[in-house]
Amino acid sequence: MTTAQSPTPAPPVRSLPPHVRGWLLIAPTLLLLTVLLIIPLILVVITSFGARDPNGNVIYTFSFANYLRLIGITDEGFDPLYVEILWRSVALAFQTTLLVIVIAFPLAYFVARAPARRRNLFLFLILVPLWTNFVIRIYAWIMILRSQGVLNGLLGWAAGLAGLPFQPLDLYPSPGAVLVGMVYEFLPFMILPIYTSLEKIDESLFEAAADLGANAVRTFWRVTLPLALPGMVAGTILVFIPVMGTFIVSDILGGRQVILVGNLIQRQFLDARDAAFGSAASIILMVLTLVVTVFYTRRFGFGEEIVSA
Amino acid sequence: MTKKRSLGVTLAAMLVYAFLYAPILVLVVFAFNDSRTNVVFEGVVNRGPCGPFYWFCQLADNRELLNAARNTLTIAFTSTLVSTIVGTMAALALQRYRFPGKLFSEAALYIPIVIPEIVMGIGILVLFSTLFRFLNASLGLQGDSRLAMGLGTVIVSHIAFSVPFVTLVVRARLHGFDKAVEEAAMDLYANEWRTFWRVTLPIIAPGVLSGALLAFTLSLDDFVITFFTTGPGATTLPIYVYGLLRRITTPELNALSTLWITLVFITVFITQRLERRMG
Repeated sequence: MTTAQSPTPAPPVRSLPPHVRGWLLIAPTLLLLTVLLIIPLILVVITSFGARDPNGNVIYTFSFANYLRLIGITDEGFDPLYVEILWRSVALAFQTTLLVIVIAFPLAYFVARAPARRRNLFLFLILVPLWTNFVIRIYAWIMILRSQGVLNGLLGWAAGLAGLPFQPLDLYPSPGAVLVGMVYEFLPFMILPIYTSLEKIDESLFEAAADLGANAVRTFWRVTLPLALPGMVAGTILVFIPVMGTFIVSDILGGRQVILVGNLIQRQFLDARDAAFGSAASIILMVLTLVVTVFYTRRFGFGEEIVSA
Repeated sequence: MTKKRSLGVTLAAMLVYAFLYAPILVLVVFAFNDSRTNVVFEGVVNRGPCGPFYWFCQLADNRELLNAARNTLTIAFTSTLVSTIVGTMAALALQRYRFPGKLFSEAALYIPIVIPEIVMGIGILVLFSTLFRFLNASLGLQGDSRLAMGLGTVIVSHIAFSVPFVTLVVRARLHGFDKAVEEAAMDLYANEWRTFWRVTLPIIAPGVLSGALLAFTLSLDDFVITFFTTGPGATTLPIYVYGLLRRITTPELNALSTLWITLVFITVFITQRLERRMG
């Protein structure tokens, strides 16, 4: 079953036309993405215009009631409950992203300027915490932050040594604990793209800057930071989107005090059994994240940093 | 760059590493705690035939947990196998061929990366619950034969979110591929199938392997999509742990975490070695 009889070596004789082969290769992926992604998204959009019947089933109508309720317009006047939840989610996502950039930068810089043979080890060490499970990492922070936990234990011990009175800090559950948890969960997603950008910088640029009389601070602002920007943009997308949609960090570390849009959606589907309202909240969430992503990619460009991370 | 400055960077980097590893250290240390409530460390446990590994031995008797572990591995292996094959095919298609609908495919592959996981999760939930309700009613299925969410729905969902990542990784590898090698094989009368198995695949193997590893870790780690697509009897480890966090936790959970970290560490280490050997 070979084509060896062919008098000319290439191209092979018995083969399907290229576009058919391309199609056959892509077909399973397209089928999967259509059935499990595109159709579900369309269903969510349709459901979001529906309503809930007394049994918790969806009535398919075409009403904007769910969206109006989300932006606070009800029959009894303005109700800011859901607007506050949306605002809180966006604000937390921005805070997390900013903090993560500040924490990630020195480490990414350190790894990028380390000797080449050590870099792989340093990168490996950044990835290890990522491989412990997402939920288990939250558990670790409960152990650290609770009132008799590790952090209060250490502080109490230090205060005892210094002879100071000590009152355990009320760290968990709290909004602060949620922020720490989010930063911890998504930090590696920022370190890696920034590293990728920094690693590409030609060493001679620093020398040139120094030769031209730039001091360290100026070099950082005028050379390092602009060249690290693509990595920060990629990292922002990788951090911002999941933070916006995550509900377990706030659920567990916030002790139900911190309600984010993810928690709202989860409760609509599982406790309140109002799939229509939950769908509308998901659409709003998706639109919010897409707006930020599009703004970012338009403004700063979309490097290959996401791919290489 | 002066020495003083790079010392500052090193110090900051060490602090960040400490931040990354402190929680893991706590998890591991408390797996050996003598206290069942596990709030304060009360010395190293030394009970039963297992001694300090008492809590690790307790895990072996925990039916619920073993079940969850089995489900997690079944889901991870199945979805990794399928998504690696499908994703590699898609990478070849996009990198090698022109065909109608190519742009659409590229765009569709980016969707799972740019939309929040929870939206995808509830989308699949809405799809399956609508579909199953319709099928159960129209086929008149009763009792146990009714279609319901379970391992099957979790596996297909994991395949769906892994494929784009596998494609991304394999494409990166195909990008630097020298087509001349394949043409040489063809010139030497190898047919396309043979060329693929003997030339193309060995060259892109490291990419396929990292794609598979990524799919495997994504599946192991996934909470959100599993949460919305799972059903009774299909609890995975992350879902099981989440349930525990809302009730009560003992050092058993730390023992589980320690085992988990160790296993994943070994898996990744071996895979990286393999990858390096393949070039």
